[in-house]
Amino acid sequence: MTQSVVVQVGQCGNQVGCRFWDLALREHAHVNKKGIYDEALGSFFRNVDPRCEEGSGTPRIAGLRARAVLVDMEEGVLNEVRQGPLRQLFSTTQLISDVSGSGNNWAVGHHTYGSMYREQIVDQIRRAAEHCDCLQTFFLIHSMGGGTGSGLGTCVLKLLEEEFPEVCRLVTAVYPSSEDDVITSPYNSVLAMRELTEHAHCVFPIENQSLVDIVSQIQHMAHTGKPSAVIKKDCTIISGQGGMSKTQKPFDSMNNIVANLLLNITSSARFEGSLNMDLNEIAMNLVPFPRLHYLVSSLTPLYTLADVNVPTRRLDQMFTDAFSKEFQLMKADPRHSLYLSCALMLRGNVQVSDLRRNIERLRPTLSFVPWNAEGWKVSLCSVPPVGHTHSLLALANNTCVASAFTKLRDRFIKLYRKKAHLHHYMCVEGMETADFSEALHSLSALIDEYSQLHTHTHTHQAPRLNIAT
Amino acid sequence: MSVVTVQLGQCGNQIGQEMFSTIHDDSVGAGQKMYKECSEERFFRVNAAGALVARAVLVDMEPKVISRAIAKASKSGHWTYGDKAHFCQKQGSGNNWANGYCVHGPRHRDAVEDLVRREAERCDRLAGIFAIMSVAGGTGSGVGTYVTQCLRDMYPQSFILNHLTWPYATGEVIVQNYNSVLTLSRLYHLSDALVVHENDTVHKICSQLMNIKNISISDINRVIAHQLGSILQPAVTTDSAPHYCRNALGDLLSSLVCHPEYKLLSLCSIPQMSQTSLAYSAYTWPGLLKHLRQMLIANARMEEGIDWKVCVPLSGEESTANRQMCFNRSLSNLLILRGKDASSADTGGFKDASLYVPWLPPGGTFNTWNSPVPFNGYEKSATLVSNSQSLLKPLDNIVRKAWNMFASRAYIHQYTKFGISEENFLDSFAMLEQIISSYTHL
Repeated sequence: MTQSVVVQVGQCGNQVGCRFWDLALREHAHVNKKGIYDEALGSFFRNVDPRCEEGSGTPRIAGLRARAVLVDMEEGVLNEVRQGPLRQLFSTTQLISDVSGSGNNWAVGHHTYGSMYREQIVDQIRRAAEHCDCLQTFFLIHSMGGGTGSGLGTCVLKLLEEEFPEVCRLVTAVYPSSEDDVITSPYNSVLAMRELTEHAHCVFPIENQSLVDIVSQIQHMAHTGKPSAVIKKDCTIISGQGGMSKTQKPFDSMNNIVANLLLNITSSARFEGSLNMDLNEIAMNLVPFPRLHYLVSSLTPLYTLADVNVPTRRLDQMFTDAFSKEFQLMKADPRHSLYLSCALMLRGNVQVSDLRRNIERLRPTLSFVPWNAEGWKVSLCSVPPVGHTHSLLALANNTCVASAFTKLRDRFIKLYRKKAHLHHYMCVEGMETADFSEALHSLSALIDEYSQLHTHTHTHQAPRLNIAT
Repeated sequence: MSVVTVQLGQCGNQIGQEMFSTIHDDSVGAGQKMYKECSEERFFRVNAAGALVARAVLVDMEPKVISRAIAKASKSGHWTYGDKAHFCQKQGSGNNWANGYCVHGPRHRDAVEDLVRREAERCDRLAGIFAIMSVAGGTGSGVGTYVTQCLRDMYPQSFILNHLTWPYATGEVIVQNYNSVLTLSRLYHLSDALVVHENDTVHKICSQLMNIKNISISDINRVIAHQLGSILQPAVTTDSAPHYCRNALGDLLSSLVCHPEYKLLSLCSIPQMSQTSLAYSAYTWPGLLKHLRQMLIANARMEEGIDWKVCVPLSGEESTANRQMCFNRSLSNLLILRGKDASSADTGGFKDASLYVPWLPPGGTFNTWNSPVPFNGYEKSATLVSNSQSLLKPLDNIVRKAWNMFASRAYIHQYTKFGISEENFLDSFAMLEQIISSYTHL
């Protein structure tokens, strides 16, 4: 089995990352009742049990280390990790921090810290990679709005491409809300996007606002008091209970949603199922053109709680929800835009006939590009998430991202037109004025590429090859 | 004589396991010594401990499916896979045919060849190689094609039969049509014949005939395994009577593939039903064969919903009207009857010359095998293996969809990365258009 290394950068990246590790441990503890270090567990963790000699069978787990590198240019979050319940998962060398932060400045993160910490970061990543016997994927987690996550995070992305060109690079990027309190967040996001477009294999964009809305809706449902709407204590989606951390921090429920996204993306690669989906199949199936690799994700069931036996109506509802606006982790509406491709990754008690029925039911309500009218990738993993009998993760390559990106571009232009705050960036060594115009150009080109797909919707079928008979 | 089965990729390994289990259960359940011995010689060997071991080699680029297949076989308590008869790697081919064919295949060539050679050397006489794979994914299709190519080099004189699972038309893998086009165009030269199952038709059989409500992948695989078993289990042929024919693959191919341009074989079985209804049904040979014949000419894969209006065109009549009526013309057919009085059933309806192309001699187009032993719990059952136009439409659909995608050059960068160029694609398309044209003009 293959392994993945997680690189989490900046405050947001590390908070999401730690929720991920907590939930991943809980998921494996739930599936792997005997506490044996198995291959599934090995995909994200390595066994550092001192009693465990190479090839001496599979002893009960005594010590686990996350296959991770944690980077932040402030001390706060990483200090919490050092003292928190997950501290044993990381050796001190896996944590790389500075004291002064990037001041919400992409340039500081990307150039200043990028060159200062380059060797240390590469060194740690290489060490993590050497512990894998078949490294398949890097998961990079960072935000787009701040300085460290967006700046240094995208610098790490380039490092990964240079040092490990063969390994798949999947980025989970958290985008700021439009009312973000960081005034320079449009700059940081657009500068970072250029790097994501050029250097990532796939990006899972996540909008902060979507997370806020989903969490508040879950809480609203939990408080209406209907018996059917009581949220189970061990529902993975919002609660951290059952994991290592007992107390909840303010952003935990939002971060849990992102952590669950990562768990579900990797579930089919970790656990067995009747239709497997390996991580390298994501880009292969969902990315028809190299730059168009932004995948909108939705997780269901978010609010509904699993019953013991799966009534069909509830199961079908899960499929419907996966396509509705409220469930997307971006503020975008894939249902009313054009699909390039779509993956349905199912876990738990779901059969291929459920899948066929729902694809046939939903297909007429969705529009696909004509050359990929049946652009579905499906997977069935037999292990459900903790506390559920079934779940669905939908990943869509859909032109709706262009509208979200257009809004971001508008906010960028508003600032850029007045040259507001530009001097903070320009005084950083390595930054040039052209970086701004090129980043803007790259984003505009991306938006255009997505919108051009709309104009070709009605092209007739290509004439077939003629054979001399 | 014995057959070495090569299971390739997730689909190939799942179906292979199901097939061996069906074959074993059937040959034991029949309680007929000769039948059992013949079947076991064909598909199993006996190891030092006296246990049955499948004559199979398992190949996949990731370990989960193979470990599952091996575990399921051992759990049966009746047969196992060979101790060192599998090859797997850690990382799958990622649905990329080019990755399987250009990277994984060549890299592991020696190891896989070695396994097959060892298994072949354990056969007293090798009847041929049966390779099971899907055309949609990356390992079954890409590595499978590469391995078939190596086997063809290793065993230039042996029969190689490929079993291919064609994906659901509405998508399992997004690049499935590309992978299918690349696989089919190459296998067509390498293999002696391609036996095809379409997931869509098997799915329909599960829901409409077997009455399964929540159809799982293993339900699908069981139906495929049943149909494969019904052709591969011992049967008496015209030449071998009164004994069971020993060279199953050779006889199958010589009955069905008379021209290298036509190698696509489809299967239909009758009756097929759930285990519970089986006890309450009675069939007569004339009834079964009447349905089966209409399934053939109307190109239906199930006895339910057959179009009875389709009829055989009168000789000399211009066939345009019948083409609209979807008359399915055959090149050759092999009918396999199993159960009580199978040898005395009247198969005259399949001998009608107007079912076949005019340019073949009447004696060479139709063959019957039979066995008095009821197959897999069915008192009477018939399977028709047909080299006909029946796969034309699904093949045409695959090529059309792949061609449309190719016109926009979508996903091509994923293939060129591993060395499959646009010219390679064009060659494959041209090759398949040729086959489509040949079958269309039968």
